[in-house]
Amino acid sequence: MGLFPRGAAPPMLRIKYRITVPLVRFTQNIQRHVGCPPLELPGSTVREALNQYFLLNERARAYVLDDQGKLRQHMAVFVNGKQIDDREGLSDPVAASATIDLVQALSGGNSNS
Amino acid sequence: MSQRCHVATRKGLFTLERGRSGWSIARASFCGDNCTLVMHDPRENTLLATLNHGHFGVKMHRSADGGATWKEIASPKYPEKPADYVPKAPLEGKSADWSLKLVWSLAPGGANEPGVIWCGTLPGGLFRSEDGGDSWSLNRPLWDDPLREQWFGGGADHPGIHSICVDPRDPDHVIIGISCGGVWITRDGGHSWSVGGPGMRAEFMPPERQFDPNAQDPHMLAQCRANPDALWVQHHNGIFRSLDAAASWAEIEGVKPSAFGFAVAAHPADPETAWFVPAVKDEKRYPAEGRVVVNRTRDGGKTFEILTRGLPQEHAYDLVYRHALDVDETGESLVFGSTTGSVWISEDSGDSWQTLSSHLPPVYAVRFEKAID
Repeated sequence: MGLFPRGAAPPMLRIKYRITVPLVRFTQNIQRHVGCPPLELPGSTVREALNQYFLLNERARAYVLDDQGKLRQHMAVFVNGKQIDDREGLSDPVAASATIDLVQALSGGNSNS
Repeated sequence: MSQRCHVATRKGLFTLERGRSGWSIARASFCGDNCTLVMHDPRENTLLATLNHGHFGVKMHRSADGGATWKEIASPKYPEKPADYVPKAPLEGKSADWSLKLVWSLAPGGANEPGVIWCGTLPGGLFRSEDGGDSWSLNRPLWDDPLREQWFGGGADHPGIHSICVDPRDPDHVIIGISCGGVWITRDGGHSWSVGGPGMRAEFMPPERQFDPNAQDPHMLAQCRANPDALWVQHHNGIFRSLDAAASWAEIEGVKPSAFGFAVAAHPADPETAWFVPAVKDEKRYPAEGRVVVNRTRDGGKTFEILTRGLPQEHAYDLVYRHALDVDETGESLVFGSTTGSVWISEDSGDSWQTLSSHLPPVYAVRFEKAID
């Protein structure tokens, strides 16, 4: 299930049985509100991988998605460094070797300025 | 007389306490975070604070120890919008977002309803918790009313419920204020709602809509605890009063220096007394002539006293938002805070004021801790 931070899986798993799945990483800025360690999780789309993440970390869901399950307006998602196309459906495909980064958009900061 | 007060600001929540030498800032919580609202629940002696994290959304926290420690609780969540949803009476052809933008009002339920809290939000949903904020449910009768879909934003991009008055005689009787959607009433705990009666006037609407109760922009609604049918509204273009629980409204005219403002506080025992903080009208929004004043009426709006003792009277450009004025349960202590970070307290019903700070972050809300709400 890839529940270990990348590289942190037990050696036997890593060497013999590890199945490569996408890595999900979060901005450092979210960590003071809700701990979001990087995790390797199965999923062929951004939505599938994030759903797996939120099954393990339910509180994080409302920090990233709004009431309707859409990406919050001022959050951004990158797959291997490229911003996703489908912000509403999160249907962008992810390869097993992909890294998904959730970061704050630089827009939207005025409520705290 | 209240001994504690909480000040919600753009950069945190500040607790004021009255010691032997007077009022001072005793604690800062959520420093750096945008704290948009605070509520004290006298039934449980708990505090609720609302934070708007911008990127990460609106979150709510509760404290059971006077603000020493906080725990994140549930935030109101709009239900999933049906894929085939078609608004019955959309404004400008659009339906509102079904997504929490801001928690704009919080009010404890009745004294005999422990755990019940009402919560008004942008974009116009009213939520109710029956477990002190651990869970919330959207009030569907109001949300599903076709007239609700005609509400529109006043200042903000979305309509919102900013005022909730729970009748101390009957907690099923709740009156709410909406910018912009007028005043709405339930007498059965939220199972059914009706828009308030006539009498308000909306200068900003075309002539044929100016007296539409559902198109009004009450900036704030305040209720006299001892006579809950007596209500005051600081409206976008005036001051209005009702003596029949919002069945009808009368405009208070000729108020100097201005009938514009956001905040109003109703005396808890005397329905003839209320306080306002006036400002130059909507396109300017600063104290007339740079003088911060509080307007007090003690005769139901026939006359007003302009209270200035202890308040800055030159080059002061403090605007006071709708939740940034409060009165305690005795009617003697008042507090208000401004967009430029000033906080003033009075212990003589507004006759004189002392400055608590002039350099806090912009103040969104002030709330005394009261023995009764």
